Parts: sequence; structure tokens; C-alpha cells
Amino acid sequence: MFSILQGVYDPAAVALIAALALGFAGIPGLFLRTPGPGQMCAAVISILASLVGIPAALILLFSPATTTFVLEWGLPFGSCELAIDPLSAFFLLPIFLVAAAGSLFALGYWPAVEHPSTERGLTFFYGILASSMAILVAARNGVFFLMVWEIMALSAYFLLVTEHEKEDVRRAGIVYLIATHTGSAALYLLFSLLAAQSGSFLLPAAGSLSALPPAAMAIAVATFVGFGAKAGIMPLHIWLPSAHANAPSHVSAMMSGVMLKMGLYGIFRTLTFFHDPPLLWGAVLTVAGISSAILGIAFAVAQRDMKRLLACSSIENIGIITTGFGVAMLGVSSHNAPLAYLGMAGALLHILNHSFFKPLLFLGSGVIIHAAGTREMNLMGGLAKGMPRAALLFLVGSVAICGIPPLNGFASEFLLYFGFFSQLQAPTLVCLVLLAPLLALVGGLAVIAFTKLYSSIFLGTPRNQGAAHPHEAGLTMLLPMGLFALLCLLVGLLPQQAMRLVAPAIASFMPPQISAAVNPAEYGAMLTRISLMALVLVVVAAAVTLLWWRRLGSARVTTAPTWGCGYQRGTSRMQYGATSFSELAVSVFNGIIRERITRPSLTGIFPGPTGCGDRPTETVLEKVIAPLFTIAGVSFAFLRRLQHGQMHVYMIYIFATLFILMLWAH
Amino acid sequence: MTNSIIHIFLALTMPPLLLGVIGKTKAAFAGRVGAPFLQPYYDILRLLHKGSVFSTTTTWIFRAGPIVTLATTAVAALLIPFGAHQSPISFQGDMILYAYLFALGRFFTMAAALDTGSSFEGMGSAREATYSCLAEPTLFFALITLSRLSGSYSLSPMLVNISFGVWLNSGAALLMLVGGMFIVLLAENCRIPFDDPTTHLELTMIHEVMVLDHSGPALAIIHYAAALKLYVLGAFFVHLALPYATGNSFLDWGLFIISMLELAVVIGIVESVMARLRLIRIPQLLVAATILAAFSTLLVIR
Repeated sequence: MFSILQGVYDPAAVALIAALALGFAGIPGLFLRTPGPGQMCAAVISILASLVGIPAALILLFSPATTTFVLEWGLPFGSCELAIDPLSAFFLLPIFLVAAAGSLFALGYWPAVEHPSTERGLTFFYGILASSMAILVAARNGVFFLMVWEIMALSAYFLLVTEHEKEDVRRAGIVYLIATHTGSAALYLLFSLLAAQSGSFLLPAAGSLSALPPAAMAIAVATFVGFGAKAGIMPLHIWLPSAHANAPSHVSAMMSGVMLKMGLYGIFRTLTFFHDPPLLWGAVLTVAGISSAILGIAFAVAQRDMKRLLACSSIENIGIITTGFGVAMLGVSSHNAPLAYLGMAGALLHILNHSFFKPLLFLGSGVIIHAAGTREMNLMGGLAKGMPRAALLFLVGSVAICGIPPLNGFASEFLLYFGFFSQLQAPTLVCLVLLAPLLALVGGLAVIAFTKLYSSIFLGTPRNQGAAHPHEAGLTMLLPMGLFALLCLLVGLLPQQAMRLVAPAIASFMPPQISAAVNPAEYGAMLTRISLMALVLVVVAAAVTLLWWRRLGSARVTTAPTWGCGYQRGTSRMQYGATSFSELAVSVFNGIIRERITRPSLTGIFPGPTGCGDRPTETVLEKVIAPLFTIAGVSFAFLRRLQHGQMHVYMIYIFATLFILMLWAH
Repeated sequence: MTNSIIHIFLALTMPPLLLGVIGKTKAAFAGRVGAPFLQPYYDILRLLHKGSVFSTTTTWIFRAGPIVTLATTAVAALLIPFGAHQSPISFQGDMILYAYLFALGRFFTMAAALDTGSSFEGMGSAREATYSCLAEPTLFFALITLSRLSGSYSLSPMLVNISFGVWLNSGAALLMLVGGMFIVLLAENCRIPFDDPTTHLELTMIHEVMVLDHSGPALAIIHYAAALKLYVLGAFFVHLALPYATGNSFLDWGLFIISMLELAVVIGIVESVMARLRLIRIPQLLVAATILAAFSTLLVIR
């Protein structure tokens, strides 16, 4: 009796049961006739599952022993093991958090009463997506991992095409499906090669494989392509902006805040199998990471659709994380302990931070879409007056994502910067210090992108009628946003405490001889200083406010319209809009992103009414990737003859393939 | 302790004097008597006693703009060493915080400008956003060079380390750094040739146009914060260009004050003999500054 109870109270079992519960959350709603209770039930189950799952994941994060569960599945791919080590437990935290927050947000954002036809599917697949990700990080068998991976990828597809009556959404869905399956193809290769290396489909233990044989290089390439496509590392990012922009906002929050990280988890997990990785691996990751960061944020600056801007900034953040991981790999390869520690700490802390501020901003974008009825930033403005609470929460997210003190984004970037600077005294790879100015450029561009985002949405005067009468969002929508904003603030003010969450996951990455050479307390002390300085900043700001307040109290305060510099008839359309704000910055990056402006052709003495528009275009996508796809489409056109919609011929294909495989196997 | 008190006292009282000296220098070049040295102080006091006008378009962001700008600049002033003395607050990695504090101030200044809904202020903040983004890498290249030369990761040892001995050893690198940082100093503080704080043509301005709608105490805070920013970046620059030190604490404070005044005179001379650049030239000059600083980094890490 006691042993059964002990089994139930094992945190790993609790976490797995909570993960399964997330998957079942949407099922009751499928059988209920009236819309509404099912969604409510899903939200309650998700929140309860997360309330159980997050403490369990925290216990697992700090527990040295890892329990392994074996699933009896009867398939010929070895035993199906499930285990939650600190690295898995670390990734469980954002999954549970965003799943619960998103399903609560859905009650206000996508109410079943207003969307009776789509709500059931949305709620069901939302649960499945969260559940599959939670099980994915526990999977220890390559084939099982791939199965869960496919469930995750496909449920994300069904979530993405919720509004499939729109042309844009369907296009985004197809592009996503192609990208994710290209990645999956690389993953099939990856796990087959791994099985060939280690002798079974069970994932090998950390540091157990040699990186020397050519197969190891093939595994590294497959890892980069397969998981990199999911994470959205350049140049594998083409699916990401349109997918995140067109999904419902809480789904975008889940995809950007959590699902991209599954790609990163895959890269972390696979590359830790090898001991003594070659320098090349780290170098490739670093270069890909920093170019994703710079190009991603440059694209973000140019966007005019608010959710596309957020999606492009996800590419940037994934790039920053990948850079951190890349330099950590370089640190391991060159036996430079501080670099390995700081790179990994920065990357993991940034994963945690990004899963706080990005869902906050995506949920905020949902609130804004409700208020303004559009995603187009040039048509918004002045929303802060009607929805001050949402505006404040969105501001916290915008400042945090720029990596500015005293919020959380700064803490993780600080660790990365310090890692780069510490290279100055390293015996090798001194040139890595040049990443610091590049990261500074990313930070500067992020400030442009997010000033543009926040200001054009919330400040100024409304640019069209839709934005003229905003309303404050309901509690179910503000509460999840408030939770994320609070977490951003907490991590920003107490980064040294957040580091304690990250430390066990770092330890699982670093080879023992390297973790022995590093003194985490030293970096903890630095973060404590950062935390003190954040406090000093808050105190100084409060003192200035107080002085000013007293000054204002004794002086005359009047209100008047904005000064028009002598011009009396300014209209709201004459404000600096989103596009005009970023136009100067975009012109600096003319080679990689361009504003394509369509100007009206004016003819005659009295030209009729006409329009002028602009569209940001990626040069690499238009000049390189799109032509490649066209060439591929033309050259494989003959294969289309195989696909004609006749079911019985398809069955012959299947039969023939199986027959050939059988002959081949014998 | 005494040094910290003097540091804070100087940061609180001296910044507007630099503006006074710059004004006097420009007046001397133009053959005028010019406003008294203490004119910027009178201006700030006068503004503090005026009433305020707030635009009906604005939200609390507009009021937060000046506060955050002053607070961030004040905290940055605590991190920079003045002269040969340690700064009051110094820790490993404080240079990264120093660089990012200005980003926080910039975010709120730009948001406050856009909050008014005026197209002129939007124009100003779009320019500020682009130019300061281009100036960011220069500062980091400078920090790398200084960190390499001093072997430390904190502003105080990095900057106090610079001496004539270091100039003899790595003169080429420091010379390029001085060039790059002088451009950044002028650009970040909106001095001629990048921006003209005294112009009356809104279309051509950068920083001043962003604060068109601020009035009374808010404008006083903005003016003081701008002076403090000049002082803080100036103190950084003076370490590179004029690294005097005697070893005697009080003499060093005197030397520091004299160096800052010298810097103000130099800025005044530059402002007197140059015209404002066309806006499209500004990014080119900023990129040139970045390349200068990058060269100096390459020279020291090769």
C-alpha cells in the first residue's frame, strides 16, 4: 500500500500525470452540446494540472536522482523509457506556465459562445500541443520522441489554421507544414544515425558518444537542420513570421513562448550526447545564432503587422539563445570553463525570460486585436487611454524584451556579454569578444522595434475609427498577462534567484572536469550587484518623481492640445506612424530588408482618388529562397502524376512499397 | 568616502556649468559677450518655478519620460569614475549596465515624444532611435579596448588605468578610440555637427524636437538630465584624452574639473567652426566612428 502511494507521490510521476491531464483537458468539451462549459472545464483542468506540474518540475529540477519509467508498448524499437532529468524539468516549467495562462486567456479571447464552430477544436488541440511538448522532453526513446514530435507539429498545424476560411491563414499553414516536415525528415535521419551509433533507439547518456566518426558530423548536421527548423534559426525561419502572425493570439504565445524552445531542447539534448565536440559545431551555432539575432530584429523593425513584428523578434531571441549555446559549445571544446558556464547560463536564462515576455506580448496582441480590430500598427494609436491596464502590462513586456534593466531580459544578456568580455583574458578564441558589439547592435535595434510597437499602438491619437473606442480587457485576459509581467519584474529585480533555477540544467550540460573549474558563486555575486543596482534605479526614479510631484502640487497645471509648431489643422493621420518611425532605420539595412513602396500613378490635371502602400520585403527570401522553391516545383512536376486522387491506386503504392521493403529486408 | 561625497556633489552641481562654458566659448568666437557662465542654472531654476502645460493627447508615459531619463543618467553617473578616483559604485560587469541604462532612458524619451501625437516629435524620435542604435557598437568596441588594456571588467579600473604610459605603448589604438568616442560624445549629446540645440527649425532637430511639448519643471528635469549626460559621457572621454593624475587626491579633483572645462571649451570651438551636417551624412559619420573604434579593438586584441 505504502509503496503504491510512494509511486504516486513521486514527482516525476506527478509531472507526467499532469502532462497527460493537459492533453485530456479539451476532451470533455468535444462531447458537450452547449458551447462554454467545455472550455471552462479545459481551463480549470489546465490550471490544476499546472499547479501540480510546476511544483513537481521544481522538485525534479533540484533532485539529483532521476526516476525512469518504462512504457510497455510492444513495438520493435527497444524499450520506451520516460525520464525527467534537470534539463527536462527546466523545459517543463514554461510548458505548464504558458499552457495554464493560455487556456485561461482563451476564455476571454476566444469565447465558445462567439466561436461555436472553432472553439472545440482549438481547445482540444491546445491541450494536445501542451501535453505532447511536456511528454516530448521526458521521452528517452528516439522513435517515441519522433511520434510525440509529430503529434506536437500536427496539433500546432491544426491550431494555426483555426481561421482556415482566410486565404492568408491557409497559406501560412501550408508553409508551416512543409517546413516542419522538412525538419522531421532530418530528424528521422538523426535518430536512425544515433541508433546506428549507440546500438539502440534509446537516447544515449550525456557524453557517451565520440564526436570523431563522420557519422557524428552527419548527426550534428541533421540536428541543426531538423531542430533548427523548428526553433526558427536562420535560414530555416521562413515559416515562422506568417505562422505566428496568423494563429490565434494564445496559440502564438504557446508556439513562440514554448514550441520554438522544443527545437532548442532538441539541439541541447542531442549535442550533449557527445564528449569533446569539435570547435566547428560551436562555431556554426554561434554564427547562425548571431546572424539570426541581427537579421531577425532588423526584419522586426521593418514590420507593420504587430504580430509579425513579435514573430520576427522571436527569431532574434532564438538567435541570442543559440549564440549563447554556441559559445558554450566553444567553451567546452576549448576547455574554457567560464565561457562554457556563462554561455549556457545566458542561453538558459534567456529561454526562461523569453517564455515570460513573449507570451505576455502575444497575449497583449490578442487584447489589442479585440480593441482595435486589426493587426496593422499604422491603423492604431491612442489605445492607452481606453485600456490603461493592458497598456501598462504591454509596456513591461516591451521594455523587458529589449533587454533593458531593471527587467529580466537584461539579466540573461548581461551573462552573455560578460562571457564575451571574459574571452579577453582567455588563451584562445579571443575574437569571440567581437560578439559584444554585435549583440549591442541587436539591443539598439530592439529598442527601435519595441518603441515602434508600443508607441504606435498605445500612444498618440487614434489613426482610424476602429481604434477610437477601445475597451479594457476582461479579468481572464488581464490575469495571465499580469502573471507574466510580474514574473518579468521578479526575475529582473532578483536575477540571482532565477539563476538558481537555471544552475541544475547547466550542470547537466557541462562535462564534470569543466564544471569543477568554474565558480558559480562569483557570477551569482555579480547578479546580486545587478539586482542592487536595479533597486538603486527604482529608488532614484521614485525620488525624482516625488520631487516633481511636490513641484507640480504648488504650480499651475493646465492642459492644451499638442503644439503643432504653428500649424493649426493637424490631424491624427499626420502623426508619425509605425512605418514612418522605422523608415530611417530600415534604410540603413537596405541590403537585407527593403520597404517596397507602391506609389500611385497620377495622370491628368485632376487625378482621381488613389492609394499608396508599403510592404517590407526580405531580400534573401525574395532573391534566393523563393527562386529555389520555384525551381524545385518545376523540376519535380513530373511526380505530380503519381498523385491523382484515386484511392485504389494509392493502396497499390502502399502495398508495393511494403512488398519491396520485405524483399529488401530478407 | 570623501571621494564619493565629492563625486556625488560634482555630479549634482557641475553639469550645467559645462553648457555655460560652451555658450561662452561660442559667444567669444562670434565676438559677443555672451550669457553669464551660470545662465544654464538660472534657466533650470526659472523653469522649476513655472507652471506646466500638458497636452490633452498624452498619458502618464509623457510624464514618466523626463523622470526615467534623469534617473538612468544619475545612476550612470554613479558608475563612471571622475578623474583618478574610483566611482562610488563599481563592480564586475558594470560597463554593460552603464551602456544599457542609457537605452532605458532612450526608450522612455522616445515614447514620451510619440505620446504627444505630434509629427515633429515623431520625426525627432525616429532619428534619435536610428542614430543612437548606430552609436551603440562604438561604445562596446571602446569598452573592449579598455578592458583589454587594463585587464579588468569594471569601468573604474578600466578608465583610471589609462595613463601617459599606456598612451606610449598603445598610442595608435587610443588615438583611434579618442576619435571614435569624440564623435559619439557629440552625437549622443546632440551637439553640432549632429544636431543643433539652439536651432528654431523643428524639421532639422533631433533631441530638442522630442521635448517640444514638455514645459515647466519637466523641461527643467530634461535640461538638467541632458547636461548630466554630457557630463557623464564627457568624464568617460576625458579619461581617454586627458589622463592626468598626480597621486594627490585633492589635486586630482582640481585636475578633473579643469579637464572637464577644457572639454567644454573644445566642444564650444567645434560648434563655432563647424556647420550642422545634412541628416543623411550623420549615419555615415557614426559608422565611421564605429570603424575607428573597431580598428582600435583589433589593434589591442591581435
